[in-house]
Amino acid sequence: MAELMPGRKRVTPGAIAADVLVLVWFVFSLFPILWMVLLALKTSAEQTSTYFVFTPTLENFGTVVSQRGTDLTSVDFTRALLNSILNCGGAVIVSLVVGIPAAYAAGRWKYRGSEDLMFQMLSFRFAPELMVIVPLFVIYNQVGLFDSTFGQIWVLQLVSMPLVVWILRSYFQDLSPELEQAALLDGYTRKRAFVMVALPLVRPGIAAAALLAFIFAWNNYVFPLILTDSAATPVTVAVTKFLGGGGQAYYNLTAAAALIGALPPLVLALTIQRYLVRGLSFGAVKA
Amino acid sequence: MTTTIPERHPGQEGAGPSPRPGAEPKPVSPGRRKLRPYILSVPAVAVVIGILYPFVIGVYYAFLNYSAVNPDPVFIGLENFAFVLSSGEFWHSVQVTLTYAIAATLAETVLGIGIALLLNRSSIVGKIFEKVLILPLMIAPVIAAVVWKLMFNPQFGILNHVLGLGSTFDWLNRERALWSTVLVDLWIYTPFVAILVLAGIRSLPKEPFEASDVDGAGWFYMFRRLMLPMMWPYILVAVIFRFMDCLKIFDIIYVLTAGGPGDTTRSLQVGAYEDSIINLNYSRGSTYMFLLWAIVFATARYLVSVLGKAQRRAAGEEG
Repeated sequence: MAELMPGRKRVTPGAIAADVLVLVWFVFSLFPILWMVLLALKTSAEQTSTYFVFTPTLENFGTVVSQRGTDLTSVDFTRALLNSILNCGGAVIVSLVVGIPAAYAAGRWKYRGSEDLMFQMLSFRFAPELMVIVPLFVIYNQVGLFDSTFGQIWVLQLVSMPLVVWILRSYFQDLSPELEQAALLDGYTRKRAFVMVALPLVRPGIAAAALLAFIFAWNNYVFPLILTDSAATPVTVAVTKFLGGGGQAYYNLTAAAALIGALPPLVLALTIQRYLVRGLSFGAVKA
Repeated sequence: MTTTIPERHPGQEGAGPSPRPGAEPKPVSPGRRKLRPYILSVPAVAVVIGILYPFVIGVYYAFLNYSAVNPDPVFIGLENFAFVLSSGEFWHSVQVTLTYAIAATLAETVLGIGIALLLNRSSIVGKIFEKVLILPLMIAPVIAAVVWKLMFNPQFGILNHVLGLGSTFDWLNRERALWSTVLVDLWIYTPFVAILVLAGIRSLPKEPFEASDVDGAGWFYMFRRLMLPMMWPYILVAVIFRFMDCLKIFDIIYVLTAGGPGDTTRSLQVGAYEDSIINLNYSRGSTYMFLLWAIVFATARYLVSVLGKAQRRAAGEEG
């Protein structure tokens, strides 16, 4: 049956209807992105207009990342970009350093508590964030971690650590233990066998896990919303502040900021598209 | 089948690593070898404890009367729970959350399966679209919500203009706000279901389909009798992820409506945010979160057991 099996081509009314349906979703799916781009290219005089044909300007992007934009909207977007890079980069590095050995141990050996540890990690992914944020809000204010990069790196472990550990465990499980045993027979130490044999073989997994963790940390909103104020505020919180100012609205600047904030994850996601399914399902679906 | 949540894995060694210790340059004592996975896990355990610590504190808050106006809290037992469970506000939030979660998960699953089936045909349109399918999924949900909020605007928004709804149609009024937030959720996350299901379809064996095609089975029969049972584990993984995430929905609703108008979109996490961060009643917020956590936990246990059954079934263990 052509509809269910790839590799057969028939131009039937059904096939045409199917293509039309795909196109409908395509339009629905891409229209908001297109509108964001168009709005970001409009001048402030045109920001409330709903037409599609106009003379585009790149000025908004310059305004958003400059002092002028900060004066207009009281949002320091350049700082927010830098904060996002620091917070998320830091969070991913910590997750990799801590998570790779744990993922290796869980993928290679069965030991008491291993499943408990893995499920504890996974439960972080599904736990309601505020359960942890409310006490952290109090604790951070007491110990001075509120609105700090370190505080963000710490709390973002809830996002990045489960991803890294679960994805990498599934990669280490796929790795035949015989490869490392061969290296051991050749006189490698355990540590060297891991570094020289196992680690290079799961490199795509590490890259995919690291980038995906970075994307999700970048896209996170609720942790920095509550646990930062201005000094460590990342892009996601900054973008919403463009809306909130009250009084004068800057829809074109909002769209420009939204576009800048959306681009890094989009670019990174396209580079790891092959590993996305496995990553997004925490290793459960190996495509 | 290649779904592996959460079974044990074959092909790994027993308790200790390396069954051939003689081959190692330095013989490592069996005790040390047994400890190896534990040593490797120590940093991860430390991080887990570091995260569980505030979690436990949060549970503890639920039994105190802790708030900004009452910085010296005392233990009040189940009073918070009695208060919350008897308040209409809480049950309204439960209703909002469940409506959102069920509607979004259902719509995303149906649409996601549909899109996966459509993209599985080798048409040129489908090939092009597959590349950009995941774009909405990778944009931060709050940024997506900001863009949709601009589009929803009755006067300046593009939606009313393009759809010819005039400038008085309000997407975020009392009746429509919840469904509009579900629409944004659906825009972001349908691709998630679609790519998981598509990966599943592509991993299916071809023979049963060819055989029943030869036998003259119809499209719907094949979908219902062959594809759906084999696909079920993949669909369930997607459903679990979506439903659990929807139960704790915050960012989309907070940006679009902040729980309003009135309390029409006040989901449990938005309610907890209002109580604990805006009104600074930490104990009240923590009670909300403890109850949400219990709901999430119970749902997770149930769905994972369903998944386990489906996986065994798909592997052919029970007909």
